[in-house]
Amino acid sequence: MSPSDEPKTPAPSELSPLLTKVLARLGGLVLEHTSFRGDDCIHVARENLLEAARALRDTTDLGFDLLLDVTCIDYFGQPDGFFNGPEAWDRDHEVIRRRAQWRQRVNVPSRGTEPRFALAYHLTSTRLLHRLRVKSRVPEDDPSIASLSGLWPGANWLERETYDLYGIHFKGHPDLRRIYLYDEFVGHPLRKDYGKQDEQPIQAYAGPGADQPRRPR
Amino acid sequence: MPDPEQTSRAALANVPAADSRADLHTPLMRMQMGPSHPATHGTVKMVLDLDGERVVKADVQVGYLHRGFEKECESGYYYQNIPYTDRLNYSSPILNNVGYCLAVEKLMDLRTPPRCDYVRVIAGEISRMCDHYLCVGAMALELAAMTPFLYLLEARELMCDLLDALCGARVTTNYIRIGGVSADLPAGFDRFAAERLDRSLKLLEDADKLLTQNPVFRERVEGTGHLPPEELVGHGVTGPLLRAGGVAYDVRRVQPYLIYGELDFDIPVGEHSDNFDRYLVRLEEIRQSRRIIAQCFEKIPAGPVNSDDPRVRWPRKGKVFGRMEELIDQFKLVTEGGLIPPGEVYHAVEGANGELGFYIVSDGTGKPYKCRCRAPSFSNMSALEKMITGGMLADVVPTFDLINMIGGECDR
Repeated sequence: MSPSDEPKTPAPSELSPLLTKVLARLGGLVLEHTSFRGDDCIHVARENLLEAARALRDTTDLGFDLLLDVTCIDYFGQPDGFFNGPEAWDRDHEVIRRRAQWRQRVNVPSRGTEPRFALAYHLTSTRLLHRLRVKSRVPEDDPSIASLSGLWPGANWLERETYDLYGIHFKGHPDLRRIYLYDEFVGHPLRKDYGKQDEQPIQAYAGPGADQPRRPR
Repeated sequence: MPDPEQTSRAALANVPAADSRADLHTPLMRMQMGPSHPATHGTVKMVLDLDGERVVKADVQVGYLHRGFEKECESGYYYQNIPYTDRLNYSSPILNNVGYCLAVEKLMDLRTPPRCDYVRVIAGEISRMCDHYLCVGAMALELAAMTPFLYLLEARELMCDLLDALCGARVTTNYIRIGGVSADLPAGFDRFAAERLDRSLKLLEDADKLLTQNPVFRERVEGTGHLPPEELVGHGVTGPLLRAGGVAYDVRRVQPYLIYGELDFDIPVGEHSDNFDRYLVRLEEIRQSRRIIAQCFEKIPAGPVNSDDPRVRWPRKGKVFGRMEELIDQFKLVTEGGLIPPGEVYHAVEGANGELGFYIVSDGTGKPYKCRCRAPSFSNMSALEKMITGGMLADVVPTFDLINMIGGECDR
C-alpha cells in the first residue's frame, strides 16, 4: 500500500529514511504519520497496536528493542491534536484557550470525532540508534488498550504509572495496580478534568490495631 | 489483586530446591525493607519474601516522593517550570535544567549561541560528577565503608563550590534558561574550576584505592545484582547500568546535542553487568567528565550566552522602566509566557542515571499542555526486582545503591 493514498500525509519523497522503512514494513497499520522538528511519529489504531509493536521490535532493519517511555495525553475538550492551527479554536473558545487554569473548570464537549486520550510510546534502538513515537487513540467510554509488557518487560511499570495517573486500562497487564498513589485514591490526577486543587477524602487508618484506641486513656 | 500468600507459594515452587530445604522446611518470611531504611538512600519500600537469606520474591514499591511534577508543570509558564526540574534529580539538577530547556528550544526551533552551549556542557558535567560522587560515596557508606564516603562527599562539596560560583546556589541551581543561562561564567572561573577539579579527582583516586582493591568491598559487589544486557534493554534500563552490561548506549554519543559531537571523550563499558562493573563505570565517567570540562575550557568562544531571539530574550531592566516597547515586551513575556508554537517534541539528554527525556505537548499557549519527564531512575528501578530476586538479602543494598534511585526523579 502506498503511503500517498492516505490523507494528511506528505509525498513519499519528503519522508524521513526511518518513516520510509516503517511504512514499508507496517503498511496499512499506519493511519497517519508526522515529522515535526525531526521527531518521527506514527499513529496506529489501538486494535493494531500489539501487531505493530511486535513488527517494530522484531524487524531486523527497525530493531526497536528499547521502550523508553509510555505516557498518555488527555485531549479533553481540545481540538484534535494541535496542528490544525490555533485560529479556528481561538475564534470560538478564546477565553478557555488562553487561560489554562480554566480548562478544568469548564466542561467543554470534545470536538471532532477523535477519541479523548492518546497513548504515546517512545521507542529507540540500541543498535540502529533511531527513534520513533507511536501514538494510539483511546476513547473516553472504554479507556483500554493492549499491554506491551509481553514485548518489553519495562512497559510493566510505565503502564502501571499511566493507569495510575490517567486511568487507562492495559489489557493483558500482569499486575495492573497503582504505583504512585494509594489504592483508595479517587480519580486519576493527570486527567484534565481533575483540578489541581481537588481534595481527596480522608482515609481512616486501617492498619494493625485499627480497632484499638490510639492512646491508652 | 492476587492473594500474596498464594503468590509467594507459587514463586517458591519456581525456585530450584536447595539440598538443605528438604529437612529444614522454613516458611517464607515477609520482610518490609524501607521506606526509610538506614542502609538505603532513597525512599522506597521493598517487600521481600525471604527463604533464609535468599530473596524469593520482591515487590518494589515507589511513590513516596510523588509531588505531581507533571500536573504542576501544566499550570506554569514554560520559564516558570525550570525550578521544578531542579527537584527531579536533585543530585544533578543542571542536567535536568538542560534537558528541559533543550526540549523547549527544540519545540521553538531556537538556536542558542555557541558560548552558551559550552557553558551548559561545563555546568552539566560538573553536575554529573556531583551525582556520581554521591552515588559511589553513599554506596560505600551503606557497605560500611565510612572513609570513602567522607572523601567523596568532600569531592562533591568541591563541585558544589563550582556550582555556587556559577549561579549562587549549591544544590537547587535553576541556572539554565530557555535560550541561554542565567549568568555567564564568572571571571577566572577556569582557574578556579581547574583547582577544584584536580582536588576532587585526587580525592576520587584515594577513594578508588580504598575501595577497588578492597577484598571485603569486592566480595559484596562482584557478581551481585547481575542481569544480562538483553534483559536490561528490555526493562528500559539506560545509563551507567546499561553500559556496565556492555551496551555502549550514551545519548551524548548516539544523538549528540549541544557540542558533544565535537568533544573527545570515551564511553566506559563494562562486561559482566554486575555491581562491580557499575561502580567502575561510574568512576570512569567522572574522569571522562573531567576531560570534557578541560576541553571545553580550551575551546570556549567569547560572545553572548543568551539567545537574541525576541521570543525568549528578556529586555534589559533599565530599558523596561524607561521605554514603551521594552515594557510591553517584558509584560507579554511574563504574563503570556512567550510565543510557543503548537506541536509535540521529545528531547533526550544523558542524565547522570541514564536517558533523561522531556516530552512536551504544546497547544500554542504559554503553558505546556503536557510536560512529561522520562525519568531514568524509574525505568532502572523497574529492573531492580529482577536483579535482586534469587540473590542474598545483603546483595539488595549494593544493587539498589548502584541503581542510584533518586526519589525526586523516580516518583516525580
